[in-house]
Amino acid sequence: MGIRDLFRSKKKKQRAQKYKLGMEKTRENVFNRLDALLAEKRDIDEELFEDIEELFLMADMGVDTTLELVNHLREHVDAKTVRDASELKDLIVEEMFKRYVKDDVLDTNLAFSDDLSVFLFVGVNGVGKTTTIAKAAHMLKAQGKKVMMVAGDTYRAGAIEQLRVWSERVGCDFYEKPQGSDPSSVMYDAIARASKNDVDVILGDTAGRLHNKKNLMRELEKIHRVIGREIEGAPQETLLVVDATTGQNAIQQAKVFNEVTDLSGVILTKLDGTAKGGIALAIREKIGIPVKMVGLGERLEDLEHFDIEEYIYGLFADVMADE
Amino acid sequence: MAFDQLSDRIQMALRRVRGKGRLTEQDIDTMMREIRLSLLEADVNFKVVKQFTKDVKEQAKDEKILKGLNPSQQVVKVVHDALTELLGGETSVFSLEKKRRNTIMLAGLQGSGKTTTAAKLAKHLMKNQQAQPMLVALDIYRPAAVEQLQSLGEKLDIPVYDEGTDAAFESIVKGAFKVAEDKGCDVLIFDTAGRLHIDETMMEELKKVEALIDPDESLLVLDAMTGQDAVSVAEHFHQSLNITGSIITKLDSDTRGGAALSLKQVTGVPIAFMGLGELIDDFDVFHPERMAGRILGMGDVKTLIDRVSENVDEDDMMGMMEKMQEGTFNFNDYLKQLKMIKRMGSLGGLMKMIPGVNKMMKNMDVDDKKLTHIETLINSMTKTERKKPDLIKKSASRRRRIARGSGRSVAEVNRLLETLNQQKQAMKRMSKMDPSQIDPNNPMKALQQTTPDKKKKRKGKGKGKGGFRF
Repeated sequence: MGIRDLFRSKKKKQRAQKYKLGMEKTRENVFNRLDALLAEKRDIDEELFEDIEELFLMADMGVDTTLELVNHLREHVDAKTVRDASELKDLIVEEMFKRYVKDDVLDTNLAFSDDLSVFLFVGVNGVGKTTTIAKAAHMLKAQGKKVMMVAGDTYRAGAIEQLRVWSERVGCDFYEKPQGSDPSSVMYDAIARASKNDVDVILGDTAGRLHNKKNLMRELEKIHRVIGREIEGAPQETLLVVDATTGQNAIQQAKVFNEVTDLSGVILTKLDGTAKGGIALAIREKIGIPVKMVGLGERLEDLEHFDIEEYIYGLFADVMADE
Repeated sequence: MAFDQLSDRIQMALRRVRGKGRLTEQDIDTMMREIRLSLLEADVNFKVVKQFTKDVKEQAKDEKILKGLNPSQQVVKVVHDALTELLGGETSVFSLEKKRRNTIMLAGLQGSGKTTTAAKLAKHLMKNQQAQPMLVALDIYRPAAVEQLQSLGEKLDIPVYDEGTDAAFESIVKGAFKVAEDKGCDVLIFDTAGRLHIDETMMEELKKVEALIDPDESLLVLDAMTGQDAVSVAEHFHQSLNITGSIITKLDSDTRGGAALSLKQVTGVPIAFMGLGELIDDFDVFHPERMAGRILGMGDVKTLIDRVSENVDEDDMMGMMEKMQEGTFNFNDYLKQLKMIKRMGSLGGLMKMIPGVNKMMKNMDVDDKKLTHIETLINSMTKTERKKPDLIKKSASRRRRIARGSGRSVAEVNRLLETLNQQKQAMKRMSKMDPSQIDPNNPMKALQQTTPDKKKKRKGKGKGKGGFRF
């Protein structure tokens, strides 16, 4: 079965439209070039492989993933299962898909408990945690959930105000303590408050922290532990927010944050820029954590479930269309 | 810190040629293949890597080098020079003009750290160029961005000008100029809203803002962890604005730093400053040559010396040295010394500038909190005890009281006493040392050489390798 079949249904195509629009620039920059590369009736030679390599590297897929992908292509060419450069396209798409899915059943739905659920948002500085929380709140509210945002970033100047403004715009509950408070105690008190007020889900903000700062990571570990102690099985989701423009460092981020807080997924933000977000594939490959959501714009509505099929379709939309 | 992993990989590649008496073109090729991969892994832009590899190969394969004296050292020098060039060559001089209004505009993507950088830059200019800065809040989009700037300004005691989030840019800029004149501020730092470089409306708006301000410097703020996209971002901002330099932030992460290595090549403008941590003082001028040295494991003694001379009062220091040599160095002096060190920034960062130490420290966890613990310990001593450390040494009950008062353990009190003692010893030794015998490339060696017996004795105690007991 070719991956093309996956996009045959109309519904899929409609949903993918948003990806296509959001990722317009991404596609233009890299994958149109790939298309152009492969469309030319050129020979499959070392130069072609080098060009493909370059494209993958430029998409932030990382040296390892890129080399493996290209080697895979080489094997097929050597085994004579592929003769024409244009056939490589299918092979690339299929291989990317296979590598990402890894025989798992990937579920991007967020996990709720019957009672109060806690979603914790973690990540390095400036990736868009606070904005993502606002978008998530908007999404969950539309699903009929009673949402409470918790201002767990008690460090950065203006962080609490920023989240408060968002809670007013979205129209959901909000819990804060003064700047400088212990973030664990903020979560603890927020959980108590939420239980009383029949809140369905807490969205917990945390201060941005670089993963190589041991003390800050210990603080995060404590926040995570306190939540788990108050509610069994919580946090139901611990989501690492990653800026799509990030390079290979994101792998290190995912690794360390996962060690400390046992991540359930990644949220890839700012995918509406020219960044290719290839790092998502590298994170999945190296750390095993899948992407659950992607940020595709500045509006509250611009948060989408991540779907690898749609993502690839977004990248290869023009290639697929002519079939 | 940033570049560490890249540094390891490149040094490994250099080891291929190091120490070899004779080099072939093939040796250079092998080395360059590894350097190429390590640069790619570090997110250095693909095209930049290509050019860099080509240039270095050409130079290194020069007859004069391959057949000359000590070819391996010459090749390392070629790499060092090329890396310096890649990072920008000369340190860019950023000096304000006196007696006139200086204007600086900061621009960049969302989350690159503009607001924090605005405050850090203001503090830096205040400290190093005796400027009277004023911060201007032009980010009217991100919720609470204005409040963030206000609160930073308050902390630093630097005026912040804003007109809320509903005002027109023209009005804010004009208002800021007027207030700056009234207050006698000579540098205005404009914090603009983060924006995507491909958002045409927003970039158009930024162009207009730039025209309104007509800044002396338009600085691009870029996250050091950015991947291949850094180049596209820089190009777009460069095309729309009259970018004069850049500031690279979050260099205290463990990024391999590719963005920093690509920036100059793409934009042609220098990296002026770098952000190195969450504290306002974690900010410095960017020195390409020193950074290249750090990446190649040569340490950065120059920055260390700068840092020390900036923060240490020479008279104080001489006084302390004398006291140490006389053996009258007490806890009051120790506390003073501690505060000086704290002013210089994080201990781990400082130590890494010493050549050779970076490797040694790889698995060491330097905890700045320990400095605070020592401070609390000293603060729990009576005035007489601080002057006469021997009193504590002689009395177990004093030690217990200090431990209780500071919330630390008696063992820590003992360790502190021992450290004070060791410092006195070390100073005595140093005062006997001949300064001309110290190798500028490896000052640690001199210290180690003078303490051979002591070192052996301490072996087996596990912790406390070397003299640093913080």
